[in-house]
Amino acid sequence: MDNGFLSVLATLLTGAETALKVSLGAAVIAMTGGLPLALSVVFTRIALVRVVIAVYVEWMRNVPALAHLFVLYFGLAAVGIRLTPLTAAIVGLGMVGAAILCDVFVGGLRALHVGQREAALAVGLTPLQSLRFVVLPQMLRLTLPSIGNYASQLIKDTSIASAIAAPEIMFYARNLVTSTFQTPLIYATAILLYASIVLPVSWLFALAERRLEARR
Amino acid sequence: MSEALLTVDGLKKSYGATEVLKGISFDLKKGETLSLIGPSGSGKSTCLRCLNFLERPNEGEIVLEGERIGRIGNVAGHGRFMTDRELAPQRREIGMVFQLFYLWPHLTVRDNVALASMKADGMNRSDAYALAEQMLDKVHLRHKADEFPERLSGGQQQRVAIARALAQKPKLILFDEPTSALDPELVGEVLGVIRELAEEGRSMILVTHEIRFARDVADRVIFMDGGHVIEEGPAKDVICRPQMERTRTFLGQVGETSDLGI
Repeated sequence: MDNGFLSVLATLLTGAETALKVSLGAAVIAMTGGLPLALSVVFTRIALVRVVIAVYVEWMRNVPALAHLFVLYFGLAAVGIRLTPLTAAIVGLGMVGAAILCDVFVGGLRALHVGQREAALAVGLTPLQSLRFVVLPQMLRLTLPSIGNYASQLIKDTSIASAIAAPEIMFYARNLVTSTFQTPLIYATAILLYASIVLPVSWLFALAERRLEARR
Repeated sequence: MSEALLTVDGLKKSYGATEVLKGISFDLKKGETLSLIGPSGSGKSTCLRCLNFLERPNEGEIVLEGERIGRIGNVAGHGRFMTDRELAPQRREIGMVFQLFYLWPHLTVRDNVALASMKADGMNRSDAYALAEQMLDKVHLRHKADEFPERLSGGQQQRVAIARALAQKPKLILFDEPTSALDPELVGEVLGVIRELAEEGRSMILVTHEIRFARDVADRVIFMDGGHVIEEGPAKDVICRPQMERTRTFLGQVGETSDLGI
């Protein structure tokens, strides 16, 4: 059995596919969850809504993501709800991500002058149109660097899904190590693989930022 | 015959325990330019912002061409307040120019002026752009249509904001201290545009600290202090021959006495 670099790489690439699935799934949950949460915090007049969201955000952000994954995977299983490792990882990291992006978006919305929205309402746009055409485009532009940071952090954090046996890069790496003992080669390959996913993502965000900068 | 375009009756506004407007009433005729003057904190900006319900007044009625603004139903003093969504078509009838311009920095000048035509009126892009360029012509900035607002001077930005309000084809335009945030050398170009609009016979309400401009351009002036209308009348009467002591004191403080021989 050939356990050279290419063979190791081939095995770990299977894990990379899982890592990407988890990243994408979690990112979708984080965006679609974080934005409504942030809008609720900024625009609601009901204090209770703000309190509930604040508790959620603090809870998610101040407990290790690994603990959330254990609760979803082992904890729910104990009460009869069985999630696959992949689902638990996507949901868990997504819920943490929604809390992180909620904070990011709230910051972006607060940084926008209220006059921007008032001007949109004053020309006769509805609140929804004001949000869509005036507030959100500016908010996304302001928060793009933070969203980029979150994205690369998320991809790296998929490694903890190996702890609930989601078959991602570190999961395969550890299995390979225990069966072949080629520790340096295997972990070095894993590191290269992570870097080759995260770096392009960071570059893409940096490029997008510069594009938007250049337009102004 | 010359029925009022806008009627404001008994407008009151409080923030917590602080009453900022204590019952403001006035009329505006069609084609008239009215200027609100008064010391800082007199309530003139708040009053202006109540007219399109960017501030919700606690009491009082605002009627624009027979249409009650901001409240449901036709019985004065009754009916719930409209939501921002319900207010949108009414606000569309009222242009507003802000002290700090509030152009949208992510859109070109052309799109700033055309956005609401497309989204609120459902106009197609080429018609909206044509209208936008026509309005930019009026403020002498058609050549800046492709620029982003940040590339323009403050005076140019404010003129774009005026074009944006004109593109609403509004029945009434509100100016909230349109030159207060401008460097002194840029004030003239903005006042020039406002003067042209006044001469066209637009209906406008102008909150301003430019007393001399108010005297020259406005048909009527209202002097406000402490949330009350203190004095109201033809611009030259109020500014050159004020009847009330408080008006005289204010005009003296802003240095208009010596010029005007009060």
